Amino acid sequence: MYLDLQSFRDDFYLNFIKNDRYIYLVKGLKVTLKVTFFALLVGLAIGVFIAIVRSSYDKTHTTKYSSPLHCFLQILLSIANFLCNIYLTVIRGTPSTVQLMIIYFVIFGSVNIDKSIVAICAFGINSGAYVAEIVRSGIMSVDNGQFEAGRSLGFGYVPTMWYIILPQAFKNVLPALGNEVIVLLKETSISGYIALEDLTMGANIIRGQTYSAFLPLFAAAFIYLVIVMALSAGVKKLEQNARSNER
Amino acid sequence: MSEAIIKVQGLVKEYSTTTALDNVNAEIQKGEVVAVIGPSGSGKSTFLRCLNLLEEPTSGHIFFEGSDITDPKNDINKLRQRMGMVFQQFNLFPHMTVMQNLTLAPMKLQGKTKQQAEEKAVELLKRVGLDDRADSYPNQLSGGQKQRIAIVRALCMEPDVMLFDEPTSALDPEMVGEVLEVMQDLAKENMTMVVVTHEMGFAREVATRVIFMENGRIVEENEPKEFFDTPKSKRLQEFLEKVL
Repeated sequence: MYLDLQSFRDDFYLNFIKNDRYIYLVKGLKVTLKVTFFALLVGLAIGVFIAIVRSSYDKTHTTKYSSPLHCFLQILLSIANFLCNIYLTVIRGTPSTVQLMIIYFVIFGSVNIDKSIVAICAFGINSGAYVAEIVRSGIMSVDNGQFEAGRSLGFGYVPTMWYIILPQAFKNVLPALGNEVIVLLKETSISGYIALEDLTMGANIIRGQTYSAFLPLFAAAFIYLVIVMALSAGVKKLEQNARSNER
Repeated sequence: MSEAIIKVQGLVKEYSTTTALDNVNAEIQKGEVVAVIGPSGSGKSTFLRCLNLLEEPTSGHIFFEGSDITDPKNDINKLRQRMGMVFQQFNLFPHMTVMQNLTLAPMKLQGKTKQQAEEKAVELLKRVGLDDRADSYPNQLSGGQKQRIAIVRALCMEPDVMLFDEPTSALDPEMVGEVLEVMQDLAKENMTMVVVTHEMGFAREVATRVIFMENGRIVEENEPKEFFDTPKSKRLQEFLEKVL
């Protein structure tokens, strides 16, 4: 490794300063953050939707409905629930690397499209499956009495979900959601498979140019670590705020 | 008396293995305070929960102010706005302050402004002596306070009838009184009330009629004095011996 300070300096200069190679890391970090953020939004949207479909189905599929409209809605819900289950099984049952490559090389294979958009789609769709189960467990954890209280005041199913159940569900699953964000951030490091220059790829490019692996890879690892620690601290803070409201 | 506000015809509720309600017929007149008593498992809570369709009846009809609430053509959400419900477990919304609990439904469902909804809420809070707790969260309140808030939350919608599902059963004994007092005040103001309860004192003093249920049927109903002093059916005599 580094026998003296001078050789470390030389290596540092070679990997980061010479030819402005640090730019690879900066640009890569921007891509990583962008993909993580938008994939999270996509994942949340998909996840909350699926969670509502699945928990609604679980709650209502045993009740009998007399009117044709209710009957129709119930059939619609059953179909939606079925499709959601397929989605969850496939996404959670296959590696995200393979999903990313299928989306890039097969689905978007013949179109020229920004790779980061492909990555956002792939990671969003992937994350959505996990968010769905997290949010669903949150919805199920809210006491049914809350639901009845909302309905007894005259709120319909969806407004009861929106105003009363989901805020409590989110509070309950905040730690799990925070964990999912961290997993998602680290998962984006496979973006290199579609040649998207994220943080990991940036480090790898430097390594390829300098034939020096230690500093670029440790630099990338260190940056991930710092972001994850910041995220953890942020989630903890959010949790404390949420709890202090109740006491 | 005056017109029936709630009319129940041939109400049946079956679960997969049991029959909770077996052909129940009842009428509740405007301004009546009806206490429903009976042993546990007698179907009294199921009966009450059918009245605002929290339980879907297997068959039978329930008319509320003339509309059949079991008819899917009638918008149950609209009808429920005129039927307040108070639960054994309070079911206040823990993520909202007392004031938010009270104003959510009037603002979202009745189109009241925040100011209108809060004025009404403060007025009602004063009546139950809790206007200083408007900014508290439910978890900061005692059981008795929670239940009084829950009653106020239902009243904020200005309902025509109030349904109480064992409102004092989850309370510490020393808090039962403060909740019953609020209910007694309501009764004095001629609110129509249906109260499933184990409080025989309340049934005797406040109710205008008492219904005794067992095995999903109404076994006996009468005015409180006759009901308690000269019970007719053998089953009610046994029940009263045990609880009084």
